[in-house]
Amino acid sequence: MKRSITAKPPRQKLFINARVIDPSEDLDIHADVLVTKGRIEAIGKGLPRDDLKKSCKIVDCKGMVLAPGLVDARVFIGEPGGEHRETIKSASRAAASGGVTSLVMMPDTNPVIDDAALVEFIRQTAREKSRIRVLPSAALSKGQNGEEMTEFGLLSDAGAVAFTDGRKTVDSAQMMRRALTYAGDFDALIMAATRDSSLGGGVMNAGLSATRMGLPGIPREAEIIPLERDMRLVAMTRGRYHASTLSTSDSVDVISRARDNGLDVSAGVAVANLALNDNDIGSYRTFFRVSPPLRGEDDRLAMIEGVRSGKIDIICSNHDPHDVDTKRLPFAEAADGAIGLESLLAASLRLHHTNDVSLSRVLYCLSTGPARRLGLKSGTLEIGAAADMILLDPDMPWILHEEELRSRSRNTAFEGARFQGRVLKTFVDGRTVFSRDA
Amino acid sequence: MTNSSSTSASAELNAPAFRPKPFNLRHLLGIEGISTADITHLLDRADEMVAISRQVEKKRHTLSGRTLINLFFENSTRTQSSFEIAGKRLGMDVINMAVQTSSVKKGETLLDTAVTLNAMQPDLLVVRHNAAGAVELLSQKMSCPVINAGDGAHEHPTQALLDALTIRRTKGRINGLTVAICGDIAHSRVARSNIHLLNAMGAQVRVIAPSTLLPGHVEDLGVTVYKSMEKGLPGCDVIMMLRLQSERMSGAFIPSAREYYRFFGLNAERVALAKPDAIVMHPGPMNRGVEIASTIADGVQSVIVEQVEMGVAVRMAVMEALHRQQPDDEGAVK
Repeated sequence: MKRSITAKPPRQKLFINARVIDPSEDLDIHADVLVTKGRIEAIGKGLPRDDLKKSCKIVDCKGMVLAPGLVDARVFIGEPGGEHRETIKSASRAAASGGVTSLVMMPDTNPVIDDAALVEFIRQTAREKSRIRVLPSAALSKGQNGEEMTEFGLLSDAGAVAFTDGRKTVDSAQMMRRALTYAGDFDALIMAATRDSSLGGGVMNAGLSATRMGLPGIPREAEIIPLERDMRLVAMTRGRYHASTLSTSDSVDVISRARDNGLDVSAGVAVANLALNDNDIGSYRTFFRVSPPLRGEDDRLAMIEGVRSGKIDIICSNHDPHDVDTKRLPFAEAADGAIGLESLLAASLRLHHTNDVSLSRVLYCLSTGPARRLGLKSGTLEIGAAADMILLDPDMPWILHEEELRSRSRNTAFEGARFQGRVLKTFVDGRTVFSRDA
Repeated sequence: MTNSSSTSASAELNAPAFRPKPFNLRHLLGIEGISTADITHLLDRADEMVAISRQVEKKRHTLSGRTLINLFFENSTRTQSSFEIAGKRLGMDVINMAVQTSSVKKGETLLDTAVTLNAMQPDLLVVRHNAAGAVELLSQKMSCPVINAGDGAHEHPTQALLDALTIRRTKGRINGLTVAICGDIAHSRVARSNIHLLNAMGAQVRVIAPSTLLPGHVEDLGVTVYKSMEKGLPGCDVIMMLRLQSERMSGAFIPSAREYYRFFGLNAERVALAKPDAIVMHPGPMNRGVEIASTIADGVQSVIVEQVEMGVAVRMAVMEALHRQQPDDEGAVK
């Protein structure tokens, strides 16, 4: 494939007239950026053009924002096993148009990614088919059965960036304890989205909406109780733990307290829990059935506050493609999940436009935050870093139309949503992987 | 000012902008959101249908030539036959489809079923389904009116209407009455529809149940919550009992049927706590000795049999009202 990320990047590119925002260095200046051989060589005002090579391409950014490409820490893809929902190729196309230059792929595939050979398969497929960086995560337990550990060492060597049972919560405290202990030997990161399997057996947030609609509710405690258990286990084992998708104010407090106590834990949030609440479900709209469920307005505002205050460092899309056969069903019978790669940035920018969170902070949670936590070299524009960047018009108004989506599935919770802010161009290693036609 | 104020006021009230809109619902999917005027209209019409049903010659030809499909994904002899009789009395051809005999068992999705049925050009579809929201989902694919005959724990609008008709005929009014709904509120579509309807019509609604059978935030639906019959029943004009499914009385929600009967079963002593002329209702089928004592079910204050009769009348009224919105062969709407 000509467009694979291993292709030779153009030797030099000069981005002029840009508002450069690099949250990793607290930088927000009008400047030029010089990229040589896919790496950032210089950032400065009025970089000298005399000694540039003739082959150097000049990109006029017209005052738009140049920022690190987004790093999405939680993306479900159908390949292997569910290619009708999403392939690595279609996900990468959707990601590039949404400004995502690196994504962490969840191991919830068929078969489950719990073996080094499968990690290698994902990386190989990504090398051939993907325009962006696809980073596999591996299952925490074999077959995600919650009983036996996977080969953390071999999987890490093969390229797994983190370990997670994805949609599932590890029920057994003993299993979680051993995993945290053993993962510590490899300095591996464990990611979890907690939902107690018996307490969390409902289909939407427990609240007035659920009562009105006659649907079984998921109480907030279904998330908080296993999260508190995991914090105890982290304290006991000194493992590294990331809570991928918090949805309640108490969960934020739990993580924040643990961090104050010196534990190596971090908090993430799915953009849906920042942008929507359980009233948005309306009349049984299954595209709003997600996990964690959309909570009440108080919790939504608490999540935004968590992002602003720094208690939450990662915003993820929680991209989960589903076909009509799992979504066009009565609400209680439909699957959890909504796609989000293409709306991640725009939905997150609502925090900047309406909730007074700084643009730099939003971009931090979308790039630097997840990159640092996952130990990636991206998410920054520092000299020498790979030129994974987005060119962004932070104010451009647009409406999301389902038929314009590039993802193979159409289950978006933002159909018809009005957004402000859109990606104009996406670069990986300095090479243009997406460009929006004017 | 030359005109007298009273005549100009009434003229204004009769102006098109102030006249209550005639019944114009496309489907009957739930009580929530239906106007008081529409409810009253349906109850008035149902009153007339009661008279028709009591005649020897019951058949009307209002909807003759039309096809009614009863699609029941859950078993219910009583509701299904009530709809069937209502449809036949209005002259319709009635087809009953039960899930056991249909292709739904073969893995066909609900929406495929809807598209298939729609192609058969029914004029009315009555649906019962075990999932909340399923009837609404199905109605999106139908070009004929759809009546919700119960969807999961969401709504059962014709049940609430027949209950209201029974109350109105016995008590002469609904406004200002105190109604206690007792039992498994959490899993009951009958409770939800009744709460919405009774509130809309101006009744005071109480719910009486053990905490495990109360859904969260239920008081925000406009009801007063009681956790004992002794506290909740005094002053009630209507006692509405709900059926307790047998799978819920073996430990998951309440420890046992006998414990439930001891604290929440309706017996003579508890009926006596309510107003002397209080009526006792039950949507059926009853678990005698679990939620209601036999002597009460068959007692003088019980209107449970009348409820069944009102069911047919209400369903006739609903079918007729929904059908009036449909254009006839000349494209005219009555």
